[in-house]
Formats: sequence, C-alpha cells, structure tokens
Amino acid sequence: MLLLKEDKAAVEGSATWALSDRVGLAICWALGLLFCAIAVAIVAYLFVKGISYLDLSMLTTPASAGFSQAESGGFSDALLGTLIVAVLAISIALPTGVATAIWLVEYGRPAALARITESTIEAIAGIPSIVLALFGTVIFSSTALGFLSRSSEGVVFGRSFFAASAMLSLVALPLVVASTREGLNSIPRHVREASYAVGKTKAATVRRILLPSSRPQVATGAMLGLGRIIGDTAIIIVLLGATQNFAPVEDAPFPLDYLRGAGTTLTNFVYEASPTGNLNQPEKAYAAAFVLLLMVLALNGAVDVVHRRARKVGTWSS
Amino acid sequence: MEFLTSPPPPIKRLELEDPPAALEVAPPAQPAGGAAQAPGGFTGARRSIGAPQFSIRRMEIDDVSVAYSDRLAVKGVSLPVRQGEVLSLIGPSGCGKTTLLRSLNRLTELTSTATLTGRILLDDVDIKLIEPTLLRRRVTMVFQQPNPFPMSVFDNIAYVLREQGSRRQRKKTLEPAVHSALARAGLFEEVKDDLDHPALKLSGGQQQRLCIARALAAEPEVLLLDEPCSALDPQSTQVIEDLIVKLRDDVAVVIVTHNLQQAYRIADHVAFMYLGDLVEYNSATALFGSPREQRTQEYVSGAFG
Repeated sequence: MLLLKEDKAAVEGSATWALSDRVGLAICWALGLLFCAIAVAIVAYLFVKGISYLDLSMLTTPASAGFSQAESGGFSDALLGTLIVAVLAISIALPTGVATAIWLVEYGRPAALARITESTIEAIAGIPSIVLALFGTVIFSSTALGFLSRSSEGVVFGRSFFAASAMLSLVALPLVVASTREGLNSIPRHVREASYAVGKTKAATVRRILLPSSRPQVATGAMLGLGRIIGDTAIIIVLLGATQNFAPVEDAPFPLDYLRGAGTTLTNFVYEASPTGNLNQPEKAYAAAFVLLLMVLALNGAVDVVHRRARKVGTWSS
Repeated sequence: MEFLTSPPPPIKRLELEDPPAALEVAPPAQPAGGAAQAPGGFTGARRSIGAPQFSIRRMEIDDVSVAYSDRLAVKGVSLPVRQGEVLSLIGPSGCGKTTLLRSLNRLTELTSTATLTGRILLDDVDIKLIEPTLLRRRVTMVFQQPNPFPMSVFDNIAYVLREQGSRRQRKKTLEPAVHSALARAGLFEEVKDDLDHPALKLSGGQQQRLCIARALAAEPEVLLLDEPCSALDPQSTQVIEDLIVKLRDDVAVVIVTHNLQQAYRIADHVAFMYLGDLVEYNSATALFGSPREQRTQEYVSGAFG
C-alpha cells in the first residue's frame, strides 16, 4: 500500500518535468486563481454593497415618482416582472427545446431537415438579443397579434410581457436544445436497444428511459436559459415597454391584463437606477443587482442539486 | 524519485494441459472417448453440463443473409434454435455472429442500411409477420455491456411488465412477477432486502444478472445473449454460466461468445461462423473434439482468431 502511494506521488508531482512544462502549469494555475479572485471580488462587492443598501421594504414597494431616494419607493414591480418573464419564457423554451432535441437525436429524419434545424438553432444562438428585440417589435406590432399587447383603434403597441417573453424564450432555446442533446447523446446506444429488445416502442423508451436519464443535462440547460432570460436587458427595454411600474391594459381580465401590459424587470431597473439611467439612484441599483445575483446563485445551486441526485442513481460503465 | 527500479516479476503461467484431479470427474452423460485428443486443450472435464433432457425446436433460421448496404455480413445461414439446449455462436470478430443474433428479434432493423433475406421462423411463423414489439417480448436479448436502466432494481423489471410507457399497475400487483424474474436470474436472494436500490449501483455481475432477469420478465421463448460475460470478472462469469445452463429448459438460449472455453463449458450445440459463412454446426463435444472442417480445427486450436 505504501509503495502504491509513493508511486502515485511520483507520477503526479511536477518536480521532474521540463522547465517549460512547469512554467505552463504555473500559468494555468495562476489564471485559474485569477478568475476565482475576480468572481469572489464581484460577489463580495455586491454582497457588501447590496446588504448595506437593501431594505426589505424595497422588495414590497413599487417604484414611485419622488425627489429623493427616500421617496422613490422600491422595486417590487421589477422583481415581480423578472419572475413573470422568467416563468413565461422558460415555459415556452423548455418544452420546445426538449422536443426539438429529442427529434434531432432520436429521429432526425428527414436528415436534410434535421441539418437545417441544427444550423438554424445555432444561428439563433448567435443573434444579439437587441436584434431579436427589434425583430419582435415588427412581429408583435402586427394587427393579427394585437391580442398579445395593448391595442387601440387598430394600432398595436407591440410591447408586453407576452412579447418580451416570447423573444426571450428564443434566447434560452438554443441552450436547452444543446444541453438536452448532450444528455441524450451521452446515453450508450445499447441502452436504447435494451429497451427495444424487451418490446418497448421508441416513444416509451424516450419517456421512461432517455428523458429521465438526461434530466441533469435538461436541468442544466433550463437553468442556463433562465440565467440568460433574467439577465437580458435589451429585449426588456425594447419589448416590455420599460415602464417603472406595471401598466396593465384595461380591457382584459386578470391576469391577462398584466401580461398584455407593459412592465419592467430587475435588469431594467438596475440600468435605469445606475448613474447612466434616468432614475440615477445608484444605491437602489446595487440593492436590485444584489437580488439579481442571489437569483442566479440560487439557479446554480439548483443545478448542483439535480446533478448530485443523478450521481446517486449512477451511470453505465463504459 | 525513480521509476522502474527493478524488472517486473515474471508472469506465472497456469498449466492448462493437466487439470487438477478433482475436476476429472466427467458429467455422467459425457461420452468417455474423444475428449482426450481434443485440440486446444478441450477436455470432457471442463464441461459443466450434462446432455439435454429434451429439445424442442423453437426457431428456424432458413437461408438467412444480412447485408449492410452492399456488404454481406451473414451469408445464407441455416440453423435450428431449440429449447432445452444452449446454442453458441462462435467465430472471430466481424464474422457475422452478432448480426445473426440481432436479426433473430429484428434488432437489425434499427440499422437503416441493413437488409435481410431468407426466413426466420418462430414456432413456425415467419418473424416478419410478427409485430416487432411483440416479437421482441418473445425473443429478448441481453447485451455485452451490463445496461440496467437508471432506476431502482424493482423498476427495471416493472418497466418490462408494464404496458409500453405507462405507469399503471401498482407496485403491489407487480411484486410477484418481479420477484420471480429476479429469482429465475438468481439475483433475488442478493437484492431482496433493498429492491429500491439504484440498479446502476450494483456490481457488474449483479447488473448483468439483473439484465437477464429483465429479459426473462417478458416471459420469452428465446433468450439471446451477446457476449454477456465479456465485461465481467471470472467469478461473475461462472455464476452467469451456471445460470444460463439452468435456463435452457425454460427458454431456448442462443449465446454469442468470443470465449471458446466458455462455449465448450456451456453449449450443447455450437455454430462456427467465419466471414459471414456458417462453417460448421455440430454438438459442442463433436465440434471441439473432432471438427469436420479444416477452418474449425484451426480456429478452435487457436491458429487464428
């Protein structure tokens, strides 16, 4: 046993390496440490700033017009707006993305169509969200889609939670597709065949074996997508109306009145409250940014939990 | 720090020519003569089974050829598959034995380039006329790599018993069938205390027996095994070999193996394939003891492979 340990140390140590290899290793090590330091700095800075400025009442009071920061309220509408946008957009992106990935990996016929779909999704992933937003204004201002936003006398406003969420789902979609595909592709072929070999159909195999097996990757895709959704600002500014409060439409029942109306999210609030924005109340910007950061950290934690649970189930030896 | 301070110790070679005296008790049904001059060290003592008690023809492979695109993988093979016997397909890599096995439950159809000519009958019905999912419940298969599904031991079996993707049928109603499938695969005693244990956390040998239990849960008539022991250690291999021999009375067993000793130990009939052709089909003792064909003789004596 002792001998084994010594051998291991001898193999892993870098003392015998050539100088250039040792310098390379040192650079990798230093860079890794640098990124850790940057991440820790950002989180720590926002924590300190955020906690000192964050007042729990900010989470429950909407923004209001006022001459001083004491009078201008909090960002409850923005917080709620972020949640609404996140739920709406991911509930479009997740089923669409998973279904697309299943089709691409498990069926993929006709092959030409599958190839086109693949490159289309890659193209969507590459489009800047401000361009998607601009495109969205064209789509959602059309008369046919007037029921998704405020419209009066044939003029469609084209900006609403529906419109913003629909375009935001396109931001998340490629991430969901990519990681679901990765999950499905990581399942050995003989596992599928084992299911077919006891008389199961492809549909049953997908539902009971393949999708449950790729749950961690699907979750990762969804969480990454959610992160992009709640972090996006361009689409919110262009397609959500970027008001400071909810602006529900009058002629619709709850909750459609809110969803068809304009609103705001935390990213938009941070932008407006920052020194560049109209509100110029940086302390509240820090507080809102802190809340945003907490949300993203919570998403990361959730991915971790899913992966840890999957590890308990185990995987196939290769 | 220094590597390789001394040369590696010499490898101890086991002398296979003279099996220990304890093993020389041949099974009663074994013919006494012939075994001694078997090529490649195959002697009667290494057979772990007696002659079959009965045999019923379940499948009939009739002049079957399988091609991938235009490359012929199996060329006009005819073979019977009988319940009460273990049929072993042997031959070097790429000889078509796995393709032939996979065509017995139409798994070859999953490869879009594969085409099959000839007839395969299951209880006198052409398998082309049997709906694939139904056929694959009657002719089930175990693979080279242990591949339990990523769920509990219980659910692995229950998945087979349930209708396609449904979750209907309660655990309680499925319990007897699950237990009996595990028992037939000789796994029940080891897992009965924790049927909720994740299947992928079992040992390799247990996983493979779970896969056999899964294949048996469908109550098949024919069990196909594609090198089921090649990823396992010798002890697990022996447990599974004993199990296969036990199963031959309930189901017709077809096993593909690379391991000639294994074929000799457990098979009643052996089919030797080479480059897609069926070179020789005979009882295990005859094929290993006195092969008719030159190529069989060379292969079983280790001249190539």
